[in-house]
Amino acid sequence: MTALMSELKRLGSLKAPAGFAERVLLEVGIADSYAPFETVLGSVYVAWNRFGVSAAARSASAADFEEWFKRDVGRPLVAATAPADLAAKIEDELSGKRRLRFDLRGLTEFEQAVLRKTYQIPRGEVRPYGWVAREIRRPAAVRAVGTALANNPIPYFIPCHRVVRTDGEIGNYGGGGPEAKKAILTMEGVRVNRLQELARAGVRYQGVKTTKIFCYPTCHTGRHALEKNIVWLHDVASARAAGFRPCKVCRPAAVA
Amino acid sequence: MEGVERLFERMVREHQNRVFAVGFALTGNRHDAEEVAQDTFLRAYRALVTYPPERIRDLKQSPWLHRIAVNVVRNRARGHKPRLSELNGSESDDAPGPESRALQRAEMDDLACRLAGLPPRYREAVVLRHVHELSYEEVAEALDQPVGTVKSNVHRGLKLLRGENHDRVDE
Repeated sequence: MTALMSELKRLGSLKAPAGFAERVLLEVGIADSYAPFETVLGSVYVAWNRFGVSAAARSASAADFEEWFKRDVGRPLVAATAPADLAAKIEDELSGKRRLRFDLRGLTEFEQAVLRKTYQIPRGEVRPYGWVAREIRRPAAVRAVGTALANNPIPYFIPCHRVVRTDGEIGNYGGGGPEAKKAILTMEGVRVNRLQELARAGVRYQGVKTTKIFCYPTCHTGRHALEKNIVWLHDVASARAAGFRPCKVCRPAAVA
Repeated sequence: MEGVERLFERMVREHQNRVFAVGFALTGNRHDAEEVAQDTFLRAYRALVTYPPERIRDLKQSPWLHRIAVNVVRNRARGHKPRLSELNGSESDDAPGPESRALQRAEMDDLACRLAGLPPRYREAVVLRHVHELSYEEVAEALDQPVGTVKSNVHRGLKLLRGENHDRVDE
């Protein structure tokens, strides 16, 4: 009688198999999976869940990535084999095709707005921090934009490297410092040195005499203008005074 | 939203062993036990996200989870009968030495098999009362039965288990 009871009781001390909790959490989308991927940027650790890609980092090791993820995102993380199509999607995404979904759930409304806006900056172009702030209707929150981008959990994919300082300094970069930022922009076709020279000379915009439109210097709409038609402009007021209107694509100023 | 996720994560970590153990006792094998435990938590999560905060706050997690587990097993039973121990392959990490562990495993598998052979109403009552060690009131709540019914089902279930035990000794 008591033997049976204690046998039954011992049955209750059984432990769930290793990794059980993580599998349940993965299933409902609370935990994330991750794997390393070989990309144009070298080896990148990418985390994902059923809502999309949730984090990326060029960590030195899986342990480093796990530690960073735990600190930054806070959800449980499980090493996994990637779904068959994820590697191809990652490659496409990094070469400018938009094929990934992102999970930004852990971030504030403001941070999400900053990242979504940043995601719209085309490959090969850059925008100032102030542009992001203005576009999300928080024109005074330039520094906060910088902070939000510094905490971007999905660098490379959400291209925070395409947001630079107006004074020509390339600005800091969470994805590996200013040098890494320059390297990635160069790889994407941005002429970083020319951009810095222009900025140091006080040039912010490129106007085209024939169209009377002014753009950010990297905007693709102004790329084919003939050298003789280009006017370098220092600020919005003088651009408007000279009869230029802001480009509707890169929106260097509110379109009047 | 974030609150429910944190709560659920804690709930899984806190209750996973007991829900798995109950699944094992109800189905008789580790493979089904893991499926049952996983289904139980998935259903729990889907329910939790629809609950208002006060309902979540007042929730008695343990009887609630066990009620779900019992229902999961009942629903599965409609599809197929509990299989016996042939599938006990998944790894579980308890006990120290490999030998004593193997022995313990065999004994546990054997007992779980015998439990799985009981009629469901006795099995559920015995498992929740003696494997999971819920009080009679909690078992009654989890099974949605009167306390008296639970007591008598536990009693009869134990009797049947002991009866089978004797048969085995006699062989």
